[in-house]
Amino acid sequence: MQHVISVTVENKPGVLARVSSMFARRDFNIHSLTVGPTEDPKRSRMTVVVDGPEMEQIVKQLYKLIHTLKVVEHVPGEAVEREIMLVRVNAEAQRRGEILDAATIFEAKAVDVGAQTITFEVVGEPSRLADFLEIMKTYGIVSLVKSGRIVLAKDTKSATKKQRKSA
Amino acid sequence: MSEQLTGADILIRALEHEDVEIIFGVPGGAILRAYDSLYDSSIRHVLARHEQGGGHMAAGYAHATGRVGVTFATSGPGATNLITPLADAYMDSIPVVAITGQVGSRSIGLDAFQEAHTWGISMPATKHNYLVTQVDEIASTIREAFHIASTGRPGPVLVDITKDALIGKAPWRGPGQLDLPGYKPSVKGHPRQVTSAIEMILGSQRPVLYAGGGIIRAGASEELLAFATQQNLPVVTTLMARGAIPDSNPLTLGMSGMHGTYTASTAMQRSDLLVTIGARFDDRVTGDPALFAPEAKVIHVDVDPAEIGKIRNADIPIVGDAKAVLGQLIEAGERALEGAPAPERSEWFSTIAAWQRDFPLAYDQQPDRPILQQYVIDELSKRTDADTIVIAGVGQHQMWASQFWGFEKPNTWINSGGLGTMGFAVPAAIGAQAGMPDTTVIAIDGDGCFQMTFQELITAAVEKIPVKIAVMNNANLGMVRQWQKIFYDNRYSATELSSSIPNIVMLAEALGCAGLRAESPEEVVPTIEKALAINDRPVVMEFVCDPDAMVFPMIKAGGSNDEILMGPEDL
Ligand SMILES: Cc1ncc(C[n+]2csc(CCOP(=O)(O)OP(=O)(O)O)c2C)c(N)n1
Repeated sequence: MQHVISVTVENKPGVLARVSSMFARRDFNIHSLTVGPTEDPKRSRMTVVVDGPEMEQIVKQLYKLIHTLKVVEHVPGEAVEREIMLVRVNAEAQRRGEILDAATIFEAKAVDVGAQTITFEVVGEPSRLADFLEIMKTYGIVSLVKSGRIVLAKDTKSATKKQRKSA
Repeated sequence: MSEQLTGADILIRALEHEDVEIIFGVPGGAILRAYDSLYDSSIRHVLARHEQGGGHMAAGYAHATGRVGVTFATSGPGATNLITPLADAYMDSIPVVAITGQVGSRSIGLDAFQEAHTWGISMPATKHNYLVTQVDEIASTIREAFHIASTGRPGPVLVDITKDALIGKAPWRGPGQLDLPGYKPSVKGHPRQVTSAIEMILGSQRPVLYAGGGIIRAGASEELLAFATQQNLPVVTTLMARGAIPDSNPLTLGMSGMHGTYTASTAMQRSDLLVTIGARFDDRVTGDPALFAPEAKVIHVDVDPAEIGKIRNADIPIVGDAKAVLGQLIEAGERALEGAPAPERSEWFSTIAAWQRDFPLAYDQQPDRPILQQYVIDELSKRTDADTIVIAGVGQHQMWASQFWGFEKPNTWINSGGLGTMGFAVPAAIGAQAGMPDTTVIAIDGDGCFQMTFQELITAAVEKIPVKIAVMNNANLGMVRQWQKIFYDNRYSATELSSSIPNIVMLAEALGCAGLRAESPEEVVPTIEKALAINDRPVVMEFVCDPDAMVFPMIKAGGSNDEILMGPEDL
């Protein structure tokens, strides 16, 4: 099962290594991990998408890291999830029209056009990115890069599953 | 302008502010500047012969005194040699601060001479660790390191300091400030949970108080005894908690688990409530967790929330310090009892008494047979006072020491429980003795363990730290041999040591210690008496023991605690 966890940490050297090694030590496979600044420059927020049966123990272990301030496991549907991807697809001259039509539906932006390929930028919910990729597969995907998911709980505080920090 | 100090001077001054009285370590290039500053300090330095020894000494010191143990090592190999004692202290929650030198910050990552990625290597072996590259970060880092090591669930903290930070100059601005917004260990337990715990205890028919090493770390022995007495609870201790409650107290059932007493293991197995305090359902206690104490509800008190529910679900979780929560439990218990006596639970206690009568710990030392380790341990225990600190290595001798030493006080039993580190005993005993100079300190060691770290006896002799080491020479890696006997059809692959090499008595003398040997049972007591009379230097007593003796009771690893082997006849 996939879980999405937000970890707010002090912005200190090495903190990314501590968090990622915590998952590695428990033999959890990280699907994606993003890290970046927050509204407070002293804090960073990581969004970790991870496969595993249940997260209670890892959440507690994350709290044990001295630099961890807050850990939230998101409830599906109760968080805003976004991802960005760049995907380069084969686009021979005679198929360009249909490819661009499909792209319009997904609000995919052509950001680079070559002799044989077009590169699209797609932003949105992970499912939308997946759907677009599915369609592009028929033309042939040359290369693909994804940002990893970023997630913010919806502003219905009581609805998110939160763990209080106690040590 | 205020006085400019070097980073090294700041380091030593910060350690003085933490009331450090002793450092165990080995110098080298990257940490040389710190040693130069230490030269002018009143802090005593004990020069270990190997950094592993220095690390275990710091842990032994911490374990015996309850203070933070401090160890120094240089970069590269010095730091890597420290990893075993750090991992050991982490598993057993021992407060240790390790200071390592690092190559200059501009050389980091360039494979400089004696460079190792100490921060990365030590991260999973410590509660927290630091790389300090700026001289003005040293004081605050030391303050934080001691705070983290000694509060909450204690543990080791490593501070890796680059050469340029040690050489650089900054003013002394006093001991550093704590800046740890994400670190707030709980102390008091949730009052409602405490009240529910008392209700559950009063309603239970077959409760057992399952006391772990957290009691020792929290200094909660008095509270433990008071609470067990108030609620009339039989008490089982883990290996780490031996001494948390006096063995002479009738409520004490001894150690449970793989080599625990029949009564302790069976009482847990049959209980309807485990009042768990500072223990972590280690596999050596539970066997197969799915078969462990099947009818028991669980109250789990621990300062580390990650321990609660990790192995066994808790019906009543209480996050807090063992001493504080026991205090709350005692108060709530008093209120609930309203002056009435605690439930008698006479049926439960008579069942327990029958197990104790039918399945006691016992040994049979025949005068014309080889020495049994149990006999040596029993005699040592009888001939020393209750303050005596006992340290064990890892193996059969460790289990027998735990079983046959009569513990009456906390912090008198020191061993490597979680990591099971052979070679722990000699250096840990030296650290304990250095911290407790007026107390008798005896290590009970196996011949295999002894050969891993005996060079630290040189340290003990030179530094006049008069530890006593009882080497149980069964000429084998005994515990492994026992497993080979039971599980591998007597195929003794790579477990035989030599009974005569090294000559332990001559070796002891060469290391600057007194060497004594007992080869038959009648020599045991005179050897002990001689050893106890020597106090001007370390003593090594060699006991030539039966290689075929096995530790019982025994529960097979990963098995059910319902199946306890009581002796060779059960195999
Ligand atoms: C550093 C380390 N290496 C290996 C082991 C595995 N091991 C556990 S007990 C043991 C034998 C210990 O032999 P000895 O010190 O003679 O003690 P005995 O069991 O004979 O009492 C070994 C090899 C260990 N625990 N630690």
